[in-house]
Order: sequence, then C-alpha cells, then structure tokens
Amino acid sequence: MSTRIALRTAALGYLGVLVLVPLAMILYRTFEDGLVAFFQSVTTPAAISAISLSLTIVAIVVPLNVVFGLVTALALARGNFPGKGILQAVVDLPFAVSPVIVGVALILFWGNDGWLGGALPVIFSLPGMVLATVFVTLPFVVREVEPVLREIGTEQEEAASTLGASRWQTFWRITLPAIKVGVFYGVVLTVARSLGEFGALTVVAGGVAGESQTLTLLVHARYIDDHNTFGAYAASTVLMGLALVTLVLMALLERRREA
Amino acid sequence: MASLAVPKPPARTRRNLGGGVGPIGLGVASLWLSLIVLLPLAAVFTKSLEAGPAEFWDAITAPSARYALLLTTAISALVALINVVTGTLIAWVLVRDEFRGKSLVNAIIDLPFALPTIVASIVLLSLYGPRSPVGIHLYATKPAVIVALAFVTLPFVVRSVQPVLMEVDREAEQAAASLGASGWTTFRSIILPALYPALLGGAGLAFARAIGEFGSVVLIGGGIPRDTEVASQYIAKQIETDRPASAAAVSVTLLAISFVVLFAIRWFTKRKGVA
Repeated sequence: MSTRIALRTAALGYLGVLVLVPLAMILYRTFEDGLVAFFQSVTTPAAISAISLSLTIVAIVVPLNVVFGLVTALALARGNFPGKGILQAVVDLPFAVSPVIVGVALILFWGNDGWLGGALPVIFSLPGMVLATVFVTLPFVVREVEPVLREIGTEQEEAASTLGASRWQTFWRITLPAIKVGVFYGVVLTVARSLGEFGALTVVAGGVAGESQTLTLLVHARYIDDHNTFGAYAASTVLMGLALVTLVLMALLERRREA
Repeated sequence: MASLAVPKPPARTRRNLGGGVGPIGLGVASLWLSLIVLLPLAAVFTKSLEAGPAEFWDAITAPSARYALLLTTAISALVALINVVTGTLIAWVLVRDEFRGKSLVNAIIDLPFALPTIVASIVLLSLYGPRSPVGIHLYATKPAVIVALAFVTLPFVVRSVQPVLMEVDREAEQAAASLGASGWTTFRSIILPALYPALLGGAGLAFARAIGEFGSVVLIGGGIPRDTEVASQYIAKQIETDRPASAAAVSVTLLAISFVVLFAIRWFTKRKGVA
C-alpha cells in the first residue's frame, strides 16, 4: 500500500508544483493589496476598452461559428459527396496550426502584399482579429455537433417531412432540439478559446491600447511594456475567472449529456 | 443556411431528406472553410517558395531560425516524454486510487485547456519569475520553456490514458499478481501494452501542441535568440521586422514537422491496432 501513497504523492506533487501553487500565487498577488486595488486596475479606460473589445469579438465569432459550424456538420454527417475526407481534414487543421502561423497566414492572404492585395481593410483592425479568432475556433461547433447528428439518425426528420413539415420546420422542431447540448458545448469552447486567443492576435492586431487591444494583449502589454506586473496579474485574474466559468459550464453540460 | 430557408422544395429525393443541407449548403461550407482556413494557409506555402527553393533553404537554415526550429523540436519531444510519464502516473492515481478531493483533482487537469495561454505564462512567472517567493528563478531559461509547455500540454496524455486504464482487464492483473509477479512487472507486462496506443496518441497531440505554442512561452521564456527563442517567437519576430518570406518558410517547416509526427503516430497506432 505504500506504493499507492508514493504514487499519489508524486502525482499530486507534480500537479501542485505545475498548476496549483502558481495559481494560488497569482491570486495572492492580485488580492494582496485588497479588492479596491484590483478593481481599480481592471477598470482603467484601457482595461475597460480591452474587455469590451474581447467581448465584441466573442459576440461576432460565436454566431458565425454556430451558423457555419451547423451547415458544415450537417454536410459532413449527412452528405455523401466526393472530397468528404478532405473536408473532414480541413475542419481539424486549425488544431494543428500554431496560432502565430494563423496570424502569418492571414497577413499573407488579406494583407496589403497578400493574395487579395489588401482589397479589404482587414489586418490591424477588428475584421482581422475576428478572422483570426474564427480560424482557431472553427472546429469546436462542428466537432461537437457532428457525432450527435450521426447518433440521432434521420428517422424522426423523415417522419416529420412525410407529415408535411418543411425543411426549415423540420430543422427547427426536430434537428435543433436534438443537437442543442452539443451546440452549447461547442459555443462554450468557442467563447473560452476566443477570450484566450493571443498568438494569432499579436501578429494580426495592432495592439494599440484602448483601440485594438484585447484582454490577453493587455496582459502582455502591461507586463512587458508598462512593467505593471500587478496590472498584468489583475487582468489575468479576470481571464482566469472567465476560464473557471467555462469549466463549470462544461462540467454541467457533460452531466446533461450523460443523463 | 440559405438552403435551409428554401420553402418546401416541390419534389425531394430521399437522399436529400433529413435535414441535409444539399448542394448549396455544401457549397457554403466549402467556401467558408476555404476562405477562413485553406486559402490563407495556401498563401503561406506560396510565399515560402516565391523566391525559389534556395531562398527557402536559406531562410530556415539562418542561424537563429535553425536554432529555434531545433530547440522547439527537441523541447517538444522532451515535453511529450515528460507527459508520457507524469500523464500515466496521474491517470493511474485518478483511476485506481481513492482519496478525498479526487474529483477536484480530476477537474484541475482540464484547467490548462481552459486558461488562456498568456495567463499560463503569467501564472508560472508569479511563482518562478523574477519575484519568485520560493527563490526559483527560471525566467528566460530553457527550463522555463519546458515548464510552460508541460503546463499547457498536461491534459493530453492524462485524458487519453484515463479511459483505457478504466477498461483494462483486472483479472489478468490479479492472475499475474497471484502467480507472484511484482506490481511493477504486472504493470509493465499487462497494463503497459494495453496503454501503448493511447500513450502514443496523447504524446503526439502534446508534441503537436508544444511545437506551435506561443502564448505560454512568450513571457517566461524571454525569447532570447539562439537560447530560449522558440520557432513561433522567431516567426512572429520575422513578421514584425517585415520579413514575410522568411516567416512563411519557417512556418511551413514547423507545420511539416508536426504533420509528419501526427501522421507517423496515426500510422503506427493503426498498424498496432491491426496486429
């Protein structure tokens, strides 16, 4: 039995040193000067603007991913067409591409010297940040919804359309309720990843304080440019709080999916 | 969604039934994926080869570029290896051990996935950075890069091994134990073979994640060329200094390394699965 204790100690020790103690440390540093200091640090004009930019990006990215994710998932789960394997592979690509390379790709495609010759003002502005975030979060909704679609099959939908329901009615009344939890799960993952995206944004975004600076870019700028360690900790704590909400939501959805 | 909104097509074939999005939906999906993912990546490939293969080679063998690529590959492999050991250990404890707070520990495993990478960097800095309360100063050292990558890749092996470990045949283990095999022998000859595919898969994902990682390394790694600068930092710097062709060449190389590793692992596990 002593091996058991030794293994447990080793596993918990590793987790403690790598994850738990650092997390406790940053919380301590954030709140050691009291709640007021924390609150002031995350409500400066630059911080407010960063938070609202991050939320704006989420608000644009989530509907895009839901709509196009559902269409893609339906095509992949139900369709039977040449090149389906390629489409499957392309959906997974964003997971295998470094965020920095995503940024490079966007610049080389949309940028002034890129394929589109800067026809659309995308880089260093909101559209570029949205495109970068859509790129890195693209697989989530598709990959959460597609297996559910396969599982539920098409019988109920066929029954509905035999009874005279239109495609649109069938989708709203039969398909959507069945895949609801999967869609939510995909959205939660998308929101978390959108709020946390950094690598692609450093390349694509201008990072101008109060203008094109998201919450993650603010953390970086405060630490590196402003030598405002406390401010960086405080902004990180906000992001950590959002991550925690994500984890809780995921756990709740997981429970519902298993039920 | 356009095709979904089409009101009642008069005659539908059976194949189009059932919420399928039809050719228009397929077109929309393909166009979307191309515009968002494929064409931008294609632009990286063409840019990298624009000036010819010699330029490409020069770009990736420039001293700092070569160092960054080698360092990234070596450290990612090391981190994958660390994960194989610690991930198996943690999965084992989570499956076979019972103690108070186990479900909390289980939840903590996913934390590195949920945390933004830049927060991972800050979190580790607060403990191992310049103001370290425990006197461990890792800032701008290779161990710092290793710690950061171990942090962000923590869940992969644990989550791939855990379900397999739950399914492992306990009877074979008990038989081995009753025949006098030590705990370690039982583990090595009965459990480990069953874990191989999951271990390889998890390690492969950890490697692929580590090789492209940027946010978690950027603050704590320091980004010193030919010392702690990883490939993604090098690429970002090439873009900042307006050398897109060089950035593209290193990007393509990095992508190639991770694809080769992922495909090799998929091929290997498939072959093992058949045998």
